[in-house]
Amino acid sequence: MAKTLKPKSQMRVLTALTFKQTYAKIGAVLVGAIIFIALFGPLFAPHTFDEFIDAPNAGRSPQLLLGADYLGRDVWTRFLCGGRSIIGLSFASTILGVGLGLIIGLFAASAKARTDALIMRGNDILLAFPQIVFVLLVVSGFGSSIFLIAITVGFTHAPRTARIIRAAAAEVMERDFIKAAIAVGEKRRRIILSELLPNVTSPLLVEFGLRMTYSIGLVAAVSFLGLGLQPPAADWGLMINENRGSMTVQPWAVLTPIFAIAVFTIGVNFITDSFAKVAIGIDRKGKE
Amino acid sequence: MSVVRVENIDIAITRGGIKIVENISFEIAPGEILGLVGESGSGKTTVSMALLGHTRKGAVIEAGSILIDGHQIVGAKEEDLRALRGGTIAYVPQDPGTALNPGLRISKQILESLEKHHPEQSSEVHMERVREILTEVALPSDKDFLMRYPHQLSGGQQQRVAIAIAFACRPKVIVCDEPTTGLDVTTQSRVLATIRALCREHGVAALYVSHDLAVVSELADNVAVMYAGKIVEIGNRDEIFFHSSHPYTRRLIRALPDIAGRNQILGISGYAPMPWERPAGCAFAPRCADAQAICSQEVPSHTQLTPTHFIDCHRHKDATKIAPTPRVDRDLVSASGESFLLSIDGLDGFYGSRQVLFDTNIHIEPGECVALVGESGSGKTTLSRCIGGLHDDYTGSISYFGTELGKHAMERKKEQRRDIQYIFQSPYASINPRRPIGATIGRQLDLFFGLKGTEAQLRIKELLDLVSLPHSIVTSFPDQLSGGERQRVAIARALAAQPKLIVCDEITSALDVSVQASVIETLNQLRESTQVGLLFVTHNLALTRTIADRVAVMRKGTIVEYGGIDSVFNSPKADYTSRLLEHTPSLK
Repeated sequence: MAKTLKPKSQMRVLTALTFKQTYAKIGAVLVGAIIFIALFGPLFAPHTFDEFIDAPNAGRSPQLLLGADYLGRDVWTRFLCGGRSIIGLSFASTILGVGLGLIIGLFAASAKARTDALIMRGNDILLAFPQIVFVLLVVSGFGSSIFLIAITVGFTHAPRTARIIRAAAAEVMERDFIKAAIAVGEKRRRIILSELLPNVTSPLLVEFGLRMTYSIGLVAAVSFLGLGLQPPAADWGLMINENRGSMTVQPWAVLTPIFAIAVFTIGVNFITDSFAKVAIGIDRKGKE
Repeated sequence: MSVVRVENIDIAITRGGIKIVENISFEIAPGEILGLVGESGSGKTTVSMALLGHTRKGAVIEAGSILIDGHQIVGAKEEDLRALRGGTIAYVPQDPGTALNPGLRISKQILESLEKHHPEQSSEVHMERVREILTEVALPSDKDFLMRYPHQLSGGQQQRVAIAIAFACRPKVIVCDEPTTGLDVTTQSRVLATIRALCREHGVAALYVSHDLAVVSELADNVAVMYAGKIVEIGNRDEIFFHSSHPYTRRLIRALPDIAGRNQILGISGYAPMPWERPAGCAFAPRCADAQAICSQEVPSHTQLTPTHFIDCHRHKDATKIAPTPRVDRDLVSASGESFLLSIDGLDGFYGSRQVLFDTNIHIEPGECVALVGESGSGKTTLSRCIGGLHDDYTGSISYFGTELGKHAMERKKEQRRDIQYIFQSPYASINPRRPIGATIGRQLDLFFGLKGTEAQLRIKELLDLVSLPHSIVTSFPDQLSGGERQRVAIARALAAQPKLIVCDEITSALDVSVQASVIETLNQLRESTQVGLLFVTHNLALTRTIADRVAVMRKGTIVEYGGIDSVFNSPKADYTSRLLEHTPSLK
């Protein structure tokens, strides 16, 4: 009862404190706006996304809010429809990657020195691959499917998250309350779940925000390079790629998706930075 | 003439205007030492830093005047303050380990203030002064020593370097903030002797801040007692320690463990309020046995008792004199051998290839308290961790009621893990900060007895009563509790397992004396009511006499003396024990 209720309530305090900060509020508005566009944008679209409306690279007009793209499709419609895939993929891969990294990190931190070293050295090997190179390798090898992109991007996050979580958890492992749990014979699983995990939630959430912004960048880059969603699908990354050739004539087809991606990234960063600040303050108070 | 003259200073938090300290006045004459004592949160560090013109971030000196050798500190410009600091007034920090710059050589660190304050002198003159001051603090002054880095010195040497830095420019005033906390008793007495000699010889006025009354009684000429941001009693040493009139001062002195073993210690219930929770009227009233209606309504005025003795208390005339409770002599009744609760035989402990424990033998009978005393690094914590199943790198035997125990907690039977409980030194680290207190205690009940739900809640309440904590604490998180409360939670957690033996590793070292005394009282009552055996590990000799039946004195991994508490204290056989006893500060 109290056991499950309380850690949540402390989390609630943290969250409440976070959103008292101006930057977090701005961040929430930015992120909220982009998520709204991604989810409900298609409902407001004046045309269908693959409909040829006007001449290629037609300029702005009352009918075409942002002009037409290189094939003559409505940029505004494609913008409203193109957010879902990138935001959805980013969320999915971040949850997957951070979750996997969390499990690896906690396991390594609570393991014997030798097992820990073995896991972390293996982890280091994975870290040696640049994220984008690894993603391109897999996607070009196995074909581009949405699931594969989400899984691969998530997979490249895991070793990076594992590093951070292990470091945070290793510090917690040294504290006396863990020794107290060992001394009364608590099982390893319980030590990880109820002693270790609640004490790494702050770095975990900060890491989540950071990985989220990386995911957006990666997913956009994959689409941009033409390995993500395939034409004629509407997707912000793909839009940048398709229209970059005619950017001097019709800049809106490129600038709009760039702007949306930038706003989302900045918004997420504002929130996670504020959270990190609050969490550090609270943790310090707890430790003295 | 007084070289330090502090008049009616108030220091407040800028946001909200809550006063941290209020109406502080005192004077210090050249060559005189004023001891400033108080429990944590009383504002003594705030006052001491104010003398240097420093307030912590977000606080400000609102009113009053501080004259240091004729210079006004309150409202002075930063550059004027900088000219005074290190030259006219110097500071000896609490922890030299963090105060000395690890990247600079000793000579460089002492030279810094000389170069700053006497740029006209040549570097030869400066070096000459460095050698001189090092000799005065009883450190070598050869080239080899001067070229060392802080990490190449022991804790005591580091603290003496910090003192040398403070005294280098021949200051008129020196502020010492608990400079001997964390030092062993023998080192402490050397450092104290150094400070005393330097102040006397050079006529330096000193403000010595400490929570340790025994140290202050050995060092100070005058003493100011602070409580909740106010000086509640100030007078000369004898007036404070032997003719104190304030109930708080009296209780503090009663809470002090008495190495001579004459009296029992007496705790003060509750704890000192934080600046924002101080009550109206006299701040001590809620904890005071003599409090009457007026105490919680009106702030007591400053009353003069003798030319030097002042007090803030409504009831100072007729407050009860607390007669010390004589301590019952405890000496061994039996040492039967058959029924040992715990026997440690021929234990050698290691850290990798380094041996830290040598042929240790200790036997504890049911319901008995054995104290394990030693200075830092003596191996006492390693031994207690071996018993607790947290350090398995040892040879020899630890047996519980004649049954050999597994080396690691995981290799022991569940009943054994239940019967032997361990309480850690720091209550700030030993309780999971992300779990409410009720869950922390309740987990033991679930783990060992399968108690859950209402049954467990009832039992938790019983346990909280046992350690005198309010029931409402079950939903609190550790960061909402004071150090003393946290340590009681740790004790309650240990008691939840209904242990036969509790290993207490320096459990009172993070606590104020008044809280320490009530924790000791609690443990003593528990021993009577539950017959639990205790292994009480501490560096504080005086404290062992208030709780232990037997004492083992440990030095460099070897037990040098082991016997009944009174016989060891009255006629120590080992030289080391007599040296420890001699250097332990006490009220005389």
